[in-house]
Amino acid sequence: MTAHFSAENRARAEALVALYPQSRSALVPLCHLAQAQDGWLCAEAMEEIAELCGTTPAEVYGTATFYDMLHTERVGRHVIAICTNIACLLAGAYELVEHAERRLGVRCGQTTEDGEFTLEEAECLAGCDAAPCVQVNHRFVAAGDAASFDALVDELAKGRRRQEVPRHGVLCRIERTVGLPGSEASPRRQARS
Amino acid sequence: MSAVRNRAGDAVVHLTIDGTAVEATPGELLIDAAERAGVFLPRFCYHPRLDPVGMCRMCLVEVSGPRGFTLQPACMLSVAEGLEVRTASDKARKAQQGVLEFLLINHPLDCPVCDKGGECPLQDQAFSHGPGESRFTEEKRHWAKPIEIGPRVLLDRERCIQCGRCTRFAAEVAGEAMIDLAFRSDGIEVAPFPGKPFDSYFSGNTIQICPVGALTSPAYRFKSRPWDLEQVETTCTTCAVGCRVVAQSSAGRLVRYLGVDSDPVNQSWLCDKGRYGFEAVHSAHRLTTPTVEKGEVHQPVTWHEALDAAAAALRDARERGGPDAVGILGGARLSNEDAYAWAKLAKSVLGTDSVDAQLDDGLPAAAVLGLPHATIDQAAAASVVVTLTGDLREELPVLFLRLRRAALDGVRIVECSTAATALTPYAAHRLAYLPGEIARLAGALVGATRAHPTGVDDEALAAARTLMHSLDGGGEGLVVVVGRPSLAESGETVAEAAHAIWRAYPNARFLPALRRANVHGALDMGLAPGLLPGRVTLEAGRDALSAAWGELPAKPGRDGRAILQATVDNEISTLILLGCDPLGDCPDRELARAAIEQARFVIFVGTHHTGASALSQVVLPVAGDGERGGTTTNCEGRVSRLAAKVLPPGIAWPAWTVAGELAKRFGASLGFEGVDQISSEIARLAPAYRGVDTALLGHPEHRDGVVVPLAAVPVDIGGRRPRPIDPIATPGILSVEDQGSPLELGAAQPAGAAGDVAPGWPPATAVPLVTFSPPDGAAPADEPAAGAYRLVVRRTLYERGTLVAESPSLAQLVPEPAVFVHPAALKELRVAPGSTVTVRSARDSLQLPIALDDSLPAGVALLVANLVPSEGRGASALVDASRPATDVWLEKV
Amino acid sequence: MLTSAPRIVTSRLDHEDSYTLERYLATGGYKALHKALRMKPEAVAAEVNRANLLGRGGAGFPAGRKWSMLRAAETTYLVVNGDESEPATFKDHLLIERDPHQIIEGAAIAAYAVGARLAFIFCRGEFALGLERLTAACNEAYEHGALGGRIFGSTFSLDIVVHPGAGAYICGEETALLESLEGKRGFPRIKPPNFPAAIGLYGEPTVVNNVETISALPWIIQNGGDAFAALGAGTSTGTRLFALSGRVARPGWYELEMSKTTFRDLIFDPALGGGIADGGELKAFIPGGVSAPWLGPDSLEIGLDQEAVGRAGSMLGSGSVVVLDQTSCAVRAAWRITRFFWRESCGQCTPCREGGHWLEKILRRIEEGDGRFSDLDLLMDVCDNLAPGVSWPPEQTTICVLGSSIPSSVASALRMFREEFATHIRTEECPFAGAPHEMAGGR
Ligand SMILES: Cc1cc2nc3c(=O)[nH]c(=O)nc-3n(C[C@H](O)[C@H](O)[C@H](O)COP(=O)(O)O)c2cc1C
Ligand code: SF4
Ligand code: FES
Repeated sequence: MTAHFSAENRARAEALVALYPQSRSALVPLCHLAQAQDGWLCAEAMEEIAELCGTTPAEVYGTATFYDMLHTERVGRHVIAICTNIACLLAGAYELVEHAERRLGVRCGQTTEDGEFTLEEAECLAGCDAAPCVQVNHRFVAAGDAASFDALVDELAKGRRRQEVPRHGVLCRIERTVGLPGSEASPRRQARS
Repeated sequence: MSAVRNRAGDAVVHLTIDGTAVEATPGELLIDAAERAGVFLPRFCYHPRLDPVGMCRMCLVEVSGPRGFTLQPACMLSVAEGLEVRTASDKARKAQQGVLEFLLINHPLDCPVCDKGGECPLQDQAFSHGPGESRFTEEKRHWAKPIEIGPRVLLDRERCIQCGRCTRFAAEVAGEAMIDLAFRSDGIEVAPFPGKPFDSYFSGNTIQICPVGALTSPAYRFKSRPWDLEQVETTCTTCAVGCRVVAQSSAGRLVRYLGVDSDPVNQSWLCDKGRYGFEAVHSAHRLTTPTVEKGEVHQPVTWHEALDAAAAALRDARERGGPDAVGILGGARLSNEDAYAWAKLAKSVLGTDSVDAQLDDGLPAAAVLGLPHATIDQAAAASVVVTLTGDLREELPVLFLRLRRAALDGVRIVECSTAATALTPYAAHRLAYLPGEIARLAGALVGATRAHPTGVDDEALAAARTLMHSLDGGGEGLVVVVGRPSLAESGETVAEAAHAIWRAYPNARFLPALRRANVHGALDMGLAPGLLPGRVTLEAGRDALSAAWGELPAKPGRDGRAILQATVDNEISTLILLGCDPLGDCPDRELARAAIEQARFVIFVGTHHTGASALSQVVLPVAGDGERGGTTTNCEGRVSRLAAKVLPPGIAWPAWTVAGELAKRFGASLGFEGVDQISSEIARLAPAYRGVDTALLGHPEHRDGVVVPLAAVPVDIGGRRPRPIDPIATPGILSVEDQGSPLELGAAQPAGAAGDVAPGWPPATAVPLVTFSPPDGAAPADEPAAGAYRLVVRRTLYERGTLVAESPSLAQLVPEPAVFVHPAALKELRVAPGSTVTVRSARDSLQLPIALDDSLPAGVALLVANLVPSEGRGASALVDASRPATDVWLEKV
Repeated sequence: MLTSAPRIVTSRLDHEDSYTLERYLATGGYKALHKALRMKPEAVAAEVNRANLLGRGGAGFPAGRKWSMLRAAETTYLVVNGDESEPATFKDHLLIERDPHQIIEGAAIAAYAVGARLAFIFCRGEFALGLERLTAACNEAYEHGALGGRIFGSTFSLDIVVHPGAGAYICGEETALLESLEGKRGFPRIKPPNFPAAIGLYGEPTVVNNVETISALPWIIQNGGDAFAALGAGTSTGTRLFALSGRVARPGWYELEMSKTTFRDLIFDPALGGGIADGGELKAFIPGGVSAPWLGPDSLEIGLDQEAVGRAGSMLGSGSVVVLDQTSCAVRAAWRITRFFWRESCGQCTPCREGGHWLEKILRRIEEGDGRFSDLDLLMDVCDNLAPGVSWPPEQTTICVLGSSIPSSVASALRMFREEFATHIRTEECPFAGAPHEMAGGR
């Protein structure tokens, strides 16, 4: 099999697998890692994840498709999620969604032609005190009304919010630096001892 | 209600179901206990052979508990003392109706065109437990109609009820999760990995256990309606596992095979070859009428003419060269009764003992019959299993399933195999060795020899030996599975290896893993040199049998390889081929070719046109699978019944009739007019088969057959609870049990008292059964020649044989041939994977693409048997069967 | 009434840098862990037992009792449930982002008490910042000696793995969470036999506690279980973090003394909810996450007390209160909540998988003006097939309680606002402004 993860990510992937007493536990984190690398979860990545987790590609696919955050089809560079659940609904979330659809020219679940934006209707994001609640690539942003939404889209399109809204993948900025396997207190060793 | 039965000695818990007292086994699931008590609870996801998951919620019943009566899934709840269960209370009924209504709201109304219509549990349970009418007026869920998820499986997602039976089968039983549930909520669908088809040897089982018409097979799709089906229970004769099946026909043609839950054998599963191989029965290449070669062409003739021609040739051969000038090859595809008739013809009428059901592709007959047998159950309950075989998934697929399960349940497997097999991941130890070294390896494993076998990893060997030491001195609990690891490695060396283990562990048991369906029955019936029916030698059995059979050959004849050699050497002039094709079946093709060419006269008795039939002078068509009654014997020595469901094509006869008619032309009578008479004669005269008559086999207790000899029928292995049949997967099968599957043409016998076989019955015969001791010092293989690779020839499930080639569902599945080597060899040869190389032996050479298998030892080249690269030559063209191992050289093209 | 009870889990949140180790140490952090490590594990558990700390994840089971039910085994795991996805709940999100060390310290205390040497913090995947802060805090804690081998020189060692979820509400349910943590689809397990305390993560006994439950432990160890139990009343002891949202003037989080404070206080006290938004009128409120049945204005005097809310036919659940006012359409609210449950059903059980969507379709039709009067009985009967009797606490026809929670809002809305449904059907339109958005990306 040809490696899909970059050498650096392959090393991170192996470190993630080593964190758990059973390698399949790393499946979801590895999917996040693949999304951090590619922006989505492609077939090659899933096959490599299957190998790393000691499972089959069909099971990686079956598992990944269970979860909303894992995209087995391409998504835009910025995934904009607008919560429309009860608190946000009461705060006008659907009006915001309609505005967003007009502004971006796509329906929820679709990606703009230039591949910049995917619009998603989200379930409650646990930001109900600031409803309606909006996330871009799982970073909370203040964009609860039409004007601030437009401003957000403009800035994202110009690449001005890269710092605040990094690439896909919630793991892209996370690095576990201590307590790794091989160190004094490896969870695997602990769990097995 | 009558008392609920319980197995003797089991502890009992008491519960009440709908007010009736019921006894159950501790740990038993409520759904099973209720069923035994006569209360059938509706269900979809529950399958008695899969772990329960309680997903579909169809089996909800009210159960007493600390918080009063609550709804619980009966398929997940173990019985408990004092449990009170209400299965038909208002609340339980409402819950069941509710689930059914939910299942139906998105289910398409295409029952009239659905394969499952008429035998659909969703239909049936909607009728018995459903709400009557749906209140759903919304738009139903829509999905593209059937998609091909694998070469033999179509999926209609609209019909799927998300029970997960198929995906659980794939993961739990087959151990290859090529499909899984994907997405969630009501968007759940069964899916293979995108772009990777669900192509499992066991895929057909998912179709059988799917409770609705979501999974269908291209083979059966739109072929029949359930109410047009007739069915009998019979035994699959695709390989020597002998799975119980129902054969179903419509309008005189076989249309579908379903696996039956035989607890000691297949536990309801089948491989796809067994499931779809019946298609070959209706192939256009069936032999339908006798033919005789006239000039250059075969011409259809009457049976009289054909038999006269065959008899004349045989008489001529005997006159010129004596009875030994006749050789008979094959018979492993016959029923026991057919094989018995042919053995009787050969040994008592024609007077030749040069008869062999094996074509040098198995093991010495004395080893197969003379090592103490293990049953599959015994292997599955062993403490250690040693395998000396090829890849069981390729050869005896359902045995592989049983051993895989056993390994997961804690049986420790020591695998002796040159290349990794499907069982390797489950083995405690794998000992890779150089072909030809297997006897030495076995000796080292049991500590009998110091000599270190070539190719074997020291550490692995030491670990395996430690495991062997954990056995008691006699080796109680040790089962050795012994077959042919490679067709390029002689059967004698493998038998010697088995014998070495037996010497060290006298209480070890052996499960022969020969592949051909009834090879064990054929050998048992005497289709082997030096043997008589019932596992006795010619010498030991001569006196007892000659009273009934008349004069018998004076001395043991030739085995398969020797018959071919003798034909080449002009010592045998006339060959009878019983359904075999030496050119395809014999590991040494050159020998087979020379023999067929040299023979003066060849008589072919078989079902299909093959290379061999074309080279024969007389061709006699006989009945095949699904067309004949009688019995067959599987690898354990289990005798089970065959049933005829359809008529043979044209004027083909049962094979035993052909033997009888030939006997008449020699002024003799074989003495039977029907299959049942042959069965009775076997039960009377064949020592190992004493008492195994139609009445015994017809008893409902013996639906799974009996292991011979009867006195050795193992006592219950214990621990396994009785398993009910899954009515979803085998609709109507309960009634087959009542009706009893017919032996020959419906002649089911009343059972009598046969169910009460007392231990030790029948009394031991005076004739001792054959035991095995190998001829001293089968020559060990030499070191491989310089620069040579040792050849391994493996079998594959879909090989280019008649059965596969003539079954449309299977024919395209034959893999492309290739030569496999360790990656290091590639470097040495400086070729890229996939490029063509020449594989040359002292015999011949082939051009093949090269591929990698890093489980192989460095100096080994692996080919798959019977895959024909060109001009009809396959791996067998390279093999020299007169040597214990064959060397080949690889060259870049 | 805002009581003078101390802030237990939110004590340092007024600091900008509350998530750093520096601030944590400056505000008394990790002292409780030092103290706990000097106690016997049983003594730590006894203290928590005395506090009668009810689980803050929704089910409200006492943490001490839960720990005492663990099957004895070589390996025990602790899993901190930070998957917070119950609509309108946002307290764990707050604690994860703003006080991760408190969770780590609490987890270490709990692990010490139950003998776990490996703990997992399962953090909702959508909390990218929270995951970053938790991981950074873990790194700091290891360096500080609060995690890893021989913590603070004691004989106790603990590793913590921060595990990201990937977007599935059901993974908050503890057995689905364990499946997900094992790298599988989030299918809840069947109980019995799969009670985590007996057969949990990797088949080993496992404690699953909510982030807020865990966050309360350092205070309890520092101040004693009795001090905690002295707050609140009856079984509802201590303080609790409430998430207030919907049509109120001051949505937000409020840590309040249990039982002593009422829903009226929470919604109307000027220092808390500050009354209904835009000076409106209270129509109904959801007292504990959308799984809970709704209550009306007549229930305002009920205390924030687990048993009292239970007696009123609902639950305090995850401690999130959603306020509906006279401008809120009950049909639309019930529809949106049902839509949530439908989409978040794991799909295992037939009633939940199929019933949720069916209810959603009917509600949507009514909201869009295509309703029929027969729909009302049908809605109730479908609810009855999901939760027989449609009473509280619900009976189940499904593996987990997600299925039996679906009827909560449907039945509440129907019982409390049947006339509003009738108006929709009669006038063939929603009497409130705007109709629900066309199902977005729906299948
Ligand atoms: C559908 C469903 C969703 C749940 N979601 C959460 C959740 O997001 N966070 C949480 O802590 N508990 C959640 N729970 C409750 C957990 O199953 C479990 O009771 C809790 O984590 C135990 O912790 P506690 O005892 O500290 O409350 C949920 C339960 C159900 C049935
Ligand atoms: S395809 Fe059939 S067996 Fe598989 S989940 Fe659907 S209904 Fe069940
Ligand atoms: S839930 Fe029991 S049969 Fe499906």
